[in-house]
Amino acid sequence: MYLLEVRELTKHFGGIRALDQVSFKVREGSITSIIGPNGAGKTTLFNCLTGLTKPTGGMILLSDAGIGGMAPHAIVSLGVARTFQNIRLFRDMTVLENVLVSQHQRMRSGLFKIVSKHKDFLAEEENARCRGLEYLGLVGLECSADIPSFNLPYGDQRRLEIARALATEPALLLLDEPTAGMNPQESGEIMEIIRKLQALGKTVILIEHDMKVVMGISETIVVLDHGVKIAEGTPEMIKSDPLVIEAYLGRGIFA
Amino acid sequence: MKNEESKVTGGNRTHKDENSSLDTRHSLLRSLFIALWLSILFLPFKGLLPSLILFVVLSLTMTSLVFLRGYARTLIGKGGLAIERIRSKKVFRPSSLVTRSLLLIILLAVPFLLRDYLLDVAILSGIYIILALGLNVVVGFTGLLNLGFVAFYAVGAYTYALLNVKLGLGFWEALPLSLALTTLSGFILAIPALRLRGDYLAIVTLGFGEIVRLILNNWDSLTGGPNGIPGIASPHTFGLSMETLSRYYYVTLGAVLLTYVVVSRVRSSRIGRAWIAIREDEIGASSMGISTMRYKLYSFAFGSFWAGLAGILFAAKMRFVSPESFTFMESVLILCMVILGGLGSIGGVIMGSVVLVVLPEVLREVQSYRMIALGAGLILIMIFRPQGLFSGRKISKRFG
Repeated sequence: MYLLEVRELTKHFGGIRALDQVSFKVREGSITSIIGPNGAGKTTLFNCLTGLTKPTGGMILLSDAGIGGMAPHAIVSLGVARTFQNIRLFRDMTVLENVLVSQHQRMRSGLFKIVSKHKDFLAEEENARCRGLEYLGLVGLECSADIPSFNLPYGDQRRLEIARALATEPALLLLDEPTAGMNPQESGEIMEIIRKLQALGKTVILIEHDMKVVMGISETIVVLDHGVKIAEGTPEMIKSDPLVIEAYLGRGIFA
Repeated sequence: MKNEESKVTGGNRTHKDENSSLDTRHSLLRSLFIALWLSILFLPFKGLLPSLILFVVLSLTMTSLVFLRGYARTLIGKGGLAIERIRSKKVFRPSSLVTRSLLLIILLAVPFLLRDYLLDVAILSGIYIILALGLNVVVGFTGLLNLGFVAFYAVGAYTYALLNVKLGLGFWEALPLSLALTTLSGFILAIPALRLRGDYLAIVTLGFGEIVRLILNNWDSLTGGPNGIPGIASPHTFGLSMETLSRYYYVTLGAVLLTYVVVSRVRSSRIGRAWIAIREDEIGASSMGISTMRYKLYSFAFGSFWAGLAGILFAAKMRFVSPESFTFMESVLILCMVILGGLGSIGGVIMGSVVLVVLPEVLREVQSYRMIALGAGLILIMIFRPQGLFSGRKISKRFG
């Protein structure tokens, strides 16, 4: 059963082909990695999937329904959430408030219930707080709930990004370089979190440069180079794929 | 383990003792310096003795403020584990019932304590508090720089004036109509303006403010042009005229309290969080499921609603409106109140508006020099407390 299907996705920025007819499928409950050299179009792919940029052509199907070109918030409501390579936390909000924001769509209270402190509103807030703390617990941040998020150490900010995306209750979670700038121990902890997400039934796609992480947890790897998909397969297949080696290391003169 | 880490990174609320005492000494020195500076500014105008008195008063109030802040901090620090405090919900209600009711009693007693002149200043403060709280929603919460806020103030005031003078509607009948029209005007401006961002948005709002003022100034047959509209009625409640200052004070107080309650409740709801998320990171907010366009629109309309309320109160108090009251400088003044008090902080914005209404009155003695003193004061505050006088919030570079 496939959760996401990308068909001939194309994105041009002027004359530059950031993505050129990229197609792949993602099985429900799986972990897929997208790898490729710098400028391969990985983040552009994520931006297309989450609605931040409109694709030039091709289709994005989420459970067989097209989501290409929809607004970001509409895509979130269909169950796709993401983290960012350059952290985009709400800096002046506390850690808990950050995960409250992403529960926005599930909260229903209108202006009048809020102003009158209607019991539905209070119950909803209480519920959101409890859930928020659960999500924070999942990434090990429940004790920092009260701290302004800009005061978190770097690694914890990355964890908070994951918790925040998780709080939108997505079926598909897109992680853009979740272990960037982390030491091996921290990367290991992030891998544990990703496995936990899988155990919760989430489908995960991650962009990653750390090959230890990529080879360790992915079931499928998609390799992009200059906007073109050059390989797709299991970690073993990718490791020995000549095209991939060429993309990363270049072609030998006598090859 | 996690707790240790958060202390090391210096979370505001988990300061270690030696750290905060150093902090206190720093703020004390700083406030003494500010007091000294302001007193020296005062010297040429008032002579030695008043300057000395000003110095003593200023340094005393500022040092006590510093200590109060330290006290509040230790109180927060005593709350135990973060997670417990959140569960008990006390974090969201820092002021107790006792302080609140005391404050309310004092506010209710004001007309019996103050002379008419001071009562007039109090009413004016009230109107500006409503305006500043409204603008704070747009600029402070949502981070949209609005330089034409006075336009909505004008729309509210003129709508009430016209409904009252031309159609003979009373205050309470005209109120919902005027508020609806002001909110609508907020929407109308927001729809084209919100395609723009940052500086461009500021310029468009500035233009809107000027357009409204020019229309009021030139549409002689409707608005009376520069002569304005005289003879606006005061509100009547239960057959009582609210014309006297002390009665009108209560009308204003009611409106201020309503504004405060509604704005602070909305602030701590999903709507307020959506606004702040947009301010902090628009792309992040939209990727967390917030329709940024819609919530910016709400923010504009919600902010203009309060400007409309302030406008109606202003028209009913002055019983006369003219375009002169709605110049660009007025927008700047309201923006100063918001920034002075602390962008986004409700309590701070209230204090900021009171300070900026009361200070010029206090400085009236030094006549034309008062604007110099006021300007110098504002510059000092921006240097020493860029996050605003009363806000605990750290301002990120964007507003710094």
